Amino acid sequence: MAARHPLRGATAIVGLGLTPQGKVYGRSALGFAVDAITLALDDAGLRREDLDGLLLNPGLSWNDMGMGSFQLQQAMGLRDLRLSATMNLGGATAGAMIQHASQAIAAGLCSTVACVFSDAPLRPPAPKDGKGTGSAGAYAFTRGWEAAYGYFGVNAMYALVARRHMHVYGTTQDHLGAVAVAQRRWANRNPAAQMHAEPLTLDDYHRSRWIVEPFHLFDCCLVSNGGCAVIVTDAARARALRKPPVWIWGMAQGHLGGDPTDTLSSGAVLTRGPAFRMADVSIADVDVVELYDCYTFTVLVTLEDYGFCRKGEGGPFAAEHVTGPGGRLPVNTGGGQLSSFYMWGMTPVSEAVIQLRGDGGERQVSPNDVALVSGNGGVLSTHSTLVLSRLPA
Amino acid sequence: MSARPLPEITPEMAPFWEAARRRTLVVQRCRGCGTHRFPARDLCSRCLGRDAEWVPVSGRGTLFSYAVMHQVYHPGFAGRVPYAVIVVELDCGARLVSNLQDTPLDRVRVGMPLEVAFEELSPEVTLPVFRPAAAP
Repeated sequence: MAARHPLRGATAIVGLGLTPQGKVYGRSALGFAVDAITLALDDAGLRREDLDGLLLNPGLSWNDMGMGSFQLQQAMGLRDLRLSATMNLGGATAGAMIQHASQAIAAGLCSTVACVFSDAPLRPPAPKDGKGTGSAGAYAFTRGWEAAYGYFGVNAMYALVARRHMHVYGTTQDHLGAVAVAQRRWANRNPAAQMHAEPLTLDDYHRSRWIVEPFHLFDCCLVSNGGCAVIVTDAARARALRKPPVWIWGMAQGHLGGDPTDTLSSGAVLTRGPAFRMADVSIADVDVVELYDCYTFTVLVTLEDYGFCRKGEGGPFAAEHVTGPGGRLPVNTGGGQLSSFYMWGMTPVSEAVIQLRGDGGERQVSPNDVALVSGNGGVLSTHSTLVLSRLPA
Repeated sequence: MSARPLPEITPEMAPFWEAARRRTLVVQRCRGCGTHRFPARDLCSRCLGRDAEWVPVSGRGTLFSYAVMHQVYHPGFAGRVPYAVIVVELDCGARLVSNLQDTPLDRVRVGMPLEVAFEELSPEVTLPVFRPAAAP
């Protein structure tokens, strides 16, 4: 038997702070970050003075703020930090922040770290035309000469990869739709989800407008204003706090490089071995799965790459209706970024914490011993994995 | 009606646009390992060589992937949606983002053989685009 990994169960998530999400105005990204950390400290029963580490994943609207984690430290009046960084691996950052926090804590460099994401890309409606500025503007990156061909935005970048996956593996529009429908059914059970009150059938999915084929509107994640923070601390302190600790059993990063239209894979293929070995469990032990879902397609690929099905069979797997409420593999149980809210990698992290604490209400999964959390940034460019548990290691 | 956005002709990409005005497709080739690449880069990610040259290529290839744009992200495309953005894999191995001529959207297929064509946008800018080719 392999020796127990020193990081297994060495740290835990002890606080979760989630601000109102969506078309929420009147706060800057920095303001949302302050709110999220304050909520997470309250949740844990900690005070500002207890923090000695601060990791920030700045969303798009932090653009012009250099040294963001320092700006945030100053805004919150935090003193004497021993760990601070502004990190950006896109959607993989949340998981990576928690990993770096855990590693620093386990090494004795600090004890209690706030990890936060926030963004405020949506602008309120202007009086003259009544329309806000939203997701299309925020994420429609123009890339130099490619604009002459009408190639704009992250939707199109992912669509090229998805189309290739459809060609190579036979993935269909129905497969993509099955992911959207399953996650909406979870969101319908989550009162905090932006799409809580909106049912979605496969017919609705097919009738929804195209954004960039093969993506309909409901293949694409929401865009949200808001903030989300977690507090990570050592095992001894975790046991003494207000909420049941969410123990960090396993972690890994995996960044494939190359062209995602060639690999058609996420970095989960690199992380699944080391993360599960550290956690000393297998994927068969996972009770609840929270996957990064910028698109329905990302969920299919990530399910394949963790080995829940064979490579290329993510589509048929999703279409078996195993991932929705009542299915044998609950995936994205709050509705995910497609139907709940878009806090990059903090969306899956936050839902895992809620599920492992047993706070899922109508959407609570049982058993809920072990959760798998993925983060994915860029176009399948960066990847982080966490294996979390409500049980001490 | 708004004009389509014209590419900024950077020093690195100027040879590409000059060749396109002459209706020739060129890509960069690494002088170290011979890998063809596009767009211009100052480094070969395969051999890390910094020495490269622009070389004419056949302009033949296959459609590697495509996405059909329905949203208007720039007013210059308002009259064109829906349109296909394609990735062409040239015979030399380099891949280009481009557009597809003479092809109804329901006839676009991954793997279809393509050949280069040219679309003049302005006196300075001619855009290499692609159209279906007879199978080789």
